[in-house]
Amino acid sequence: MGMINNLRRGFAVTLRVMRRTVFGDGLLTTEYPKESRQKPERFHGRHVLNRHPDGIEKCIGCELCAGACPARCIYVRGADNPIDEPVSPGERYGFVYDINMLRCIFCGLCVEACPTEAITMTHLFEMSVTNRDDAIYTKNELLVNPEGIPNHMFTPEQDPMVNLDELKDADGWMRATAPSGRAAYEGIPGWSASAGIGLRPPERGQAGAEVEEDDDD
Amino acid sequence: MDQGAAPPGIMVTTLGKVANWARTRSMWPATFGLACCAIEMMATGTAHYDLARFGMEVFRASPRQADLMIVAGRVSQKMAPVLRNVYDQMPEPKWVISMGACASTGGMFNNYALVQGVDQIVPVDVYVPGCPPGPQSLIHGILTLQNKIMSGEITR
Repeated sequence: MGMINNLRRGFAVTLRVMRRTVFGDGLLTTEYPKESRQKPERFHGRHVLNRHPDGIEKCIGCELCAGACPARCIYVRGADNPIDEPVSPGERYGFVYDINMLRCIFCGLCVEACPTEAITMTHLFEMSVTNRDDAIYTKNELLVNPEGIPNHMFTPEQDPMVNLDELKDADGWMRATAPSGRAAYEGIPGWSASAGIGLRPPERGQAGAEVEEDDDD
Repeated sequence: MDQGAAPPGIMVTTLGKVANWARTRSMWPATFGLACCAIEMMATGTAHYDLARFGMEVFRASPRQADLMIVAGRVSQKMAPVLRNVYDQMPEPKWVISMGACASTGGMFNNYALVQGVDQIVPVDVYVPGCPPGPQSLIHGILTLQNKIMSGEITR
């Protein structure tokens, strides 16, 4: 008799939770391919190379990102800008820019090191490949087009889980640590505008940011 | 008999599709968590992401009952023969996901102690970038593998 009572009490818990989750709206599971979890603002995902609003590239080929990379996954080769048709402001531009995404540890030190906010990280994380070569992103995939979206290794037709709009969300590292965003500039959004995106909105706590209700969650 | 009368192998291709579908829907992973990626692999099995939706919630500690080896974490030179041993004990058909930067290429540990890419030891089907890849990244890798299996032959 005691066993039946124990069973009844045990299944009562199961049924109570089922009423809340399976039949109610308290389902905990994120059904990933159909819906994606709300990512944190500072999520570290795929890199992009930005352009200035007039379409000129931001990367100046200085290789500071490659020097800062702890995994040595970035390969940059600079070249002199053509005088009549410059690719980037200044003397040099990134002629070759490769990132091996399989070596990358997504630490964001390249973003921190970049003096021109050329490389930023985005919220895209769907990069699984069946072939090692597909994991090496070259300038063809990294550099954004004038609309602010770069090519991805896979088009949404090839991989329906890829949402290219995620490539427009820059992570917070640029805002926190770029030269114009250092501590002396705290409270002032100081980053420069990018093609396709324009001036990114200020973060919470900075001047001009929307005041949010602190909901203590 | 006229071979051109019917498309050859129509029975076999249909059977192959069914077999592939069955294989993708209940891949049991072998537990091969080696480092921090294993934590994300465990998180993938929990209620928030729920690998059971793909029939994969049974992480088998015994390789004889496993179809898929998720190499989660860095593989040291000492671990390499063990990993190969576990792989050899798995019954065919079997697949390998190399999860994370360390398993795929060695990541930031470019030194003598670590295998620079687990594909030097076992054949890898899907590489999942990330350090560590989050549960959603891993699920994306698993779905990539499912696509690969569905498009493949059954006579592997």
